[in-house]
Amino acid sequence: MMFRSLIWLMAMLPGLLHAATHEFTLDNGMRIIVQEDRRSPVVVSQVWYRAGSIDEVNGKTGVAHVLEHMMFKGTKQIGPGQFSRMIAAAGGRDNAFTGRDYTAYYQQLEKSQLPLSIRLEADRMQNLVLTDKEFAKEIRVVMEERRWRTEDKPQAKVYEQFNAAVYHAHPYGRPVVGWMNDLENMTAEDARDWYRQWYTPNNALLVVVGDVDAQEVYKLAKQYFGPIKPRPIPERKPQREPEQQGERRIVVKAPAELPYVLMGFRAPALNDPASDWEPYALELLAGVLDGNASARLNQELVRNRQLAVSVGADYGMLSRGRQSLFMLDGTPSEGRTVEELEQALWQQVEEIKRSGVLPEELQRVKAQVIAADVYQRDSMFYQAMQIGQLETMGYSWKIRDEYQARLEAITPEQVQQVAQKYLVRDALTVAILDPQPMQAQPRKTQVNPHVR
Amino acid sequence: MYVEPGKFRNLFLAAIALVLSQPVLAAVKIEHWQTGSGAAVYFVENRGLPIVDISIEFAAGSARDSEVKAGLSAITRHMMTTGAGGMSEEEISKHLADVGAVLSGEHDLDRAGFRLRTLSKSPERERALEVFGRIVQQPDFSEAILQREKTRVIAGLREAATKPDVIADEAFMKAVYGSHPYGFESTPESVAAIQREDLVQFYRTYYGAGNATIALIGDLSRAEAETIAERLTADLPKAPVPPALPAAEPPLQAQEQRIEHPASQSHILIGYPGMRRGDPDYFPLYVGNYILGGGGFVSRLTTEVREKRGLVYSVYSYFMPMAAEGPFQIGLQTKKEQSEEALQVVRDTLKTFVEKGVTEAELKAAKQNLIGGFPLRLDSNAKILDYLAVIGFYRLPLSYLEDFSREVDKVTAAQIRDAFSRRIHPDRMVTVIVGAAQK
Repeated sequence: MMFRSLIWLMAMLPGLLHAATHEFTLDNGMRIIVQEDRRSPVVVSQVWYRAGSIDEVNGKTGVAHVLEHMMFKGTKQIGPGQFSRMIAAAGGRDNAFTGRDYTAYYQQLEKSQLPLSIRLEADRMQNLVLTDKEFAKEIRVVMEERRWRTEDKPQAKVYEQFNAAVYHAHPYGRPVVGWMNDLENMTAEDARDWYRQWYTPNNALLVVVGDVDAQEVYKLAKQYFGPIKPRPIPERKPQREPEQQGERRIVVKAPAELPYVLMGFRAPALNDPASDWEPYALELLAGVLDGNASARLNQELVRNRQLAVSVGADYGMLSRGRQSLFMLDGTPSEGRTVEELEQALWQQVEEIKRSGVLPEELQRVKAQVIAADVYQRDSMFYQAMQIGQLETMGYSWKIRDEYQARLEAITPEQVQQVAQKYLVRDALTVAILDPQPMQAQPRKTQVNPHVR
Repeated sequence: MYVEPGKFRNLFLAAIALVLSQPVLAAVKIEHWQTGSGAAVYFVENRGLPIVDISIEFAAGSARDSEVKAGLSAITRHMMTTGAGGMSEEEISKHLADVGAVLSGEHDLDRAGFRLRTLSKSPERERALEVFGRIVQQPDFSEAILQREKTRVIAGLREAATKPDVIADEAFMKAVYGSHPYGFESTPESVAAIQREDLVQFYRTYYGAGNATIALIGDLSRAEAETIAERLTADLPKAPVPPALPAAEPPLQAQEQRIEHPASQSHILIGYPGMRRGDPDYFPLYVGNYILGGGGFVSRLTTEVREKRGLVYSVYSYFMPMAAEGPFQIGLQTKKEQSEEALQVVRDTLKTFVEKGVTEAELKAAKQNLIGGFPLRLDSNAKILDYLAVIGFYRLPLSYLEDFSREVDKVTAAQIRDAFSRRIHPDRMVTVIVGAAQK
């Protein structure tokens, strides 16, 4: 899942009203949001749990994601792996993903097959059978996933270490997949505990987008999810990160060719959508720096000065933990150093703090937002993702419809102000990838036999 | 799958492909004609959203490179967006951003081209098309920008050469294709050798109107689509249609390469030249592969290697049908210490599959998925545009989408076994293991 672009697109969200969106709540607390989209005879159904790595505790990092894997291992009535087989035989696709703030399960189906998806999800919300035998195999699969996505990818490692350096108190300092040692010591009981704590209808949300009738979906949901008894969920502590008192720097060594620098400034997340304006100004600031190929960073550092092979800026305003970062990153050109690049990135920041941004730069970013709002409606899956993310992060899906107007209202002066306020040394963490040669001698290749 | 928020451009590409890229509507009405200059046009009117998607593609993929200047096709395509018809690269990106248009591209073994997504209203659409038309028909190929981009590409190649997945992929394609152009890989040396004159010549040779396929979908009429297609092609070079690619010669003997790497996982690829677009064995191989390793969680490979033994996160097989025989490939990653075990399970699974074929129950489940899920393949303009481009480029019948379910339904277990036994030889496969211990 390319989260970065999702958040960016999300940043570049909606303005048109989504008139055909309906909301329901069952007696057990489970919420249902249905968006009718009748362009194709299909439906996407997603069950979201407000349970992600943010809810984990030390020693058991990664358990939210491990449970996600175990949710495919069967219930009292459905054998291991049968869930996916039944969806496949109905012409569907299914999978799941875990993030910091949520875990979500989805099926995409021809529209008449929606009842199957609802029935199966309701079953595994309450009847999961989590055996030691299946856990022992699946935890190995999860460790392979960690090796593939993080251990062997230098920039992913930098990012993992970077987060750990930024957040000392807040759980966002821990990787979603979990530390390897925690995975090695995880037990089936840890996963069962997690399931018992968080997998309850009052902590869940059903999002359905497609060629459906909202009332019919509500009836189905009521029939299958309605009888599930709610349980109290554990108290969630804020775990707020203390204010940073000075610049932090880390170095990560890994086999690679090119160095890489990642800079993150502590910055506010959207908290009160009705009154906050700074997050919108920060979004626009990121757009001015990196919203298109001729935006400041790429135009100046890659094209004009040829100091970097790539550069970027990013800010996401949405998070359940109400923590965010304004990030800059880049890879220097051959013969240039990360120090030079870091300094050049600072110059770009200082320029905006000193001289502000041009009205036409802001207008360009806003035009892209308006268009992106229309484009994203081409994907039902994406529309469901938006609703699910906003809701599990503790916002309302309805803020989609205010987003564009809120962004339009931001002035060049406000963009300059947030740059001056938040892009400061004392709030900065810098992570540098120090590339290590792969081996002293040329790589050995053994070929056997070489005949065509 | 897990999602680490953050700044990675590539980290989750594979995962998003899993979620969003879906192979083949019930009733898509495709209109087809030729422009005055000879380009083939494929059009679907779809007024559901106020957007227009356009692609223009040429038989100018990496198969048109020479080995000593491998990378020329990709650089030519990319350089076309960096200055055209009096607009600088900065002006091009600013003009597109100002109207909210999104320019992207396509480049693979066979095809190279551009895609434009724009709002359908005025003046946004016209302004976006104005830029798009210049990129396609009046590229500058600036010498200074070429030098800069070559430097960036070479840095990227050096970085890629440290990544086990890239090392495996390049070694695999070389071993499977030998001197066939599908086996050419860009190197720092081959990119360094590319000169501006090469780009100009490549453009003149391969970007002719008669070599162009245009696909359009969205909020516009046939008459508007005709006008756009004319404008996009009137000033293309006059060039003959390039010759067909040679057939890929299959290896006659098994080959195994073990390449050292410090990564914790071994990256394993196994394969062979597979099939062409429009291949007579297409449907038996396609349905059979769904059962072998194309069907995600329910495939034999996933069941054997992941579900039963916990050896991998991902194992898959696919056929990539191309103009010549595109690769059949099985891929997996697993921690080094258990790579031999995983490799053996994969080989046994493939051998059993080719020898014994599929069961009636498997075939039924496969058909249920492929036919029942057909509407999912066409549930967005973006997906339909992909199909239009493929149907057009490979000159597949206009009824391809209509016929799909019927063709799948006709496939028998005997046909699958027959097709696999003729096309896939487990004892002649190319195997590449990056990060394996030396034997």
